[in-house]
Amino acid sequence: MRYVPRLMQPPEPVSGRYGPYGGRYVAETLMPALDELTHAYEESQGDPAFQAELGSLLHHYAGRETPTYFASRLSEELGSRIWLKREDLCHTGAHKVNNTIGQILLAKRMGKTRIIAETGAGQHGVATATACALMGLPCEVYMGAEDVRRQAPNVRRMELLGAEVHSVTSGSATLKDAMNEALRDWVTNVRTTHYCVGSVAGPHPYPLIVRDFQAVIGQEARAQMLEQAGRLPDAVVACVGGGSNAMGIFAGFIDDESVRLIGVEAAGEGIETGRHAAPLCEGDVGVLHGAKSYVLQTPDGQIKEAHSISAGLDYPGVGPEHAWLKDIGRATYVSVTDDAALDAFQQLCRTEGIIPALETSHAFAYLPAVAKELGSDADILVCLSGRGDKDLETVLQKLKERG
Amino acid sequence: MGRIAHAFENARNENRAALVIYLCAGDPDLSTTADLVVAAAESGADVIELGVPFSDPTADGPAIQRAAERSLAGGTTLAKVLDTVSAIRGRTDVPILLFGYYNPILSYGEQKLVDDAAQSGADGFLVVNLPPEESAGLRGPAVDKGLDFVPLVAPTSNPERIAQAASAATSFIYYVSMTGVTGSKAADLASASERAGALQRELGRPVAIGFGIKTKEDVSTVAPHVDGVVVGSAVVRTIEDAASPDEAVASVRALVSELAQGLGRR
Repeated sequence: MRYVPRLMQPPEPVSGRYGPYGGRYVAETLMPALDELTHAYEESQGDPAFQAELGSLLHHYAGRETPTYFASRLSEELGSRIWLKREDLCHTGAHKVNNTIGQILLAKRMGKTRIIAETGAGQHGVATATACALMGLPCEVYMGAEDVRRQAPNVRRMELLGAEVHSVTSGSATLKDAMNEALRDWVTNVRTTHYCVGSVAGPHPYPLIVRDFQAVIGQEARAQMLEQAGRLPDAVVACVGGGSNAMGIFAGFIDDESVRLIGVEAAGEGIETGRHAAPLCEGDVGVLHGAKSYVLQTPDGQIKEAHSISAGLDYPGVGPEHAWLKDIGRATYVSVTDDAALDAFQQLCRTEGIIPALETSHAFAYLPAVAKELGSDADILVCLSGRGDKDLETVLQKLKERG
Repeated sequence: MGRIAHAFENARNENRAALVIYLCAGDPDLSTTADLVVAAAESGADVIELGVPFSDPTADGPAIQRAAERSLAGGTTLAKVLDTVSAIRGRTDVPILLFGYYNPILSYGEQKLVDDAAQSGADGFLVVNLPPEESAGLRGPAVDKGLDFVPLVAPTSNPERIAQAASAATSFIYYVSMTGVTGSKAADLASASERAGALQRELGRPVAIGFGIKTKEDVSTVAPHVDGVVVGSAVVRTIEDAASPDEAVASVRALVSELAQGLGRR
């Protein structure tokens, strides 16, 4: 009889789980590509030539290592010793390049001839376009139309770097929709194309690969703290959108139980307004863009639009490893509003002569609370994930509106 | 044997492929969806894939994306889709495969969904972003209840993954004709259907081919090779273009009748 079903058990779940989170919830068409990427990544980890090339590019091209800087005037204002891990000094102005150089090297290793990426603030798009220019690969970047508008300087930078920028008008026209469109491109062109995911989100192995490429932030910072402060920090603070800079700096301290890890999400116009981007603080478990994690969603399982002044945090999902760190209590996740981020932005400009990205400003906005709790004898390390030149127009307009 | 497997066997006995028609539930509204399912079944559809709309349909092209947006704007939920299936069951026995994305299912609760779906008279599940590796939580309860779980095989699937899909299948396997999203222009339907046919012979179970099949001519190109033919975006576009729900029902009736003429094996 031909149609009798064989009731076999399905295969074991794929690796790439963080407790119940992570996994691979994608179309079948993409599954072999994720296997291929996993194998290529595992091989590259054991290949001294790959590691040497990556290390050399990070040093000579991207400008690593980046300094850890004692922010004395900010420390004085806040009442704790504040240290800044200066990822804003990386080539392209943010930590994103750590990951894109690694992934584009991997793409070349796999023989891929075309690169696509999604971007929110444009920093990942710029970093991908940069790595593609460096390695001679064509690059197309999907960016929400709303973000194209508010991060116009980065659109121009990508174009100068030779990338084609696709403005995505579906849905909320922000990062979530850009990622949808990038996935649609990838499912169409998967044989020739590498999808360079910019955060610790997406299906396995992306959360793993992106964390590992960003872990250099935490590894350097740990050694620098021991050398410069003579001790580990009491707390490490980073902003969380998808969560790549936070995962990168947390990775260096995750085994140091004395170090508190604090991720700061975007509370947008205020958690109580519902217009925010804080899935770890306010979301539920769900599946978005290939991974199980915390997600902003309706009771019926539809993904809600996120809201943040910062395009890079304007995302209703978050990397699965953050979900796990939250559940096991290893990291704490909090949120700050657009207004608080704007205040912190100005404070850092004024006290330290550093213009931070609006994303990064969220981490700074939570510092007063950490400093108040930990007191004057505490060392607090902040991931200064990017610089804020791209945000000047948004900031100046908002400040004008506030009067 | 479930209703879906039975429908495929009926079609084989008639020396033709089975016609699988996709409709997005709630487009233009759920009451019209019930009429559309009945009309499609009366016009020659052997199986209905009833799309459960999702806010972020990453495997779908523009036509089905827009249908999902219209449906969600109208307040469609998974619970209301199940109510609609119950209502349809008073009018037709056509097999109904619930087709969608995983998050609304996870949010509803997998076991609860299986129970409620069985109660409503639905016949199974096809979840686009739930590969065999992640499917145990839905497939297990579904199989226990006698509901089907339909896995997908893509042009990129290697032999190992094809074997996985085959062992997860309970009735038919959905073969994606090309790398792409729904509604894309098919590159080469003839060779895709030959690959699907080879797969069907190798696995010894029915394969339906979908993606990029729009016209009666497309149907007659693929029908000789496989046991099932899926048409989705073309139906959804017909509904989108209709000036009223009544016109949508009439147009779908005409389109499905025409598509059904291409199913023969000759």
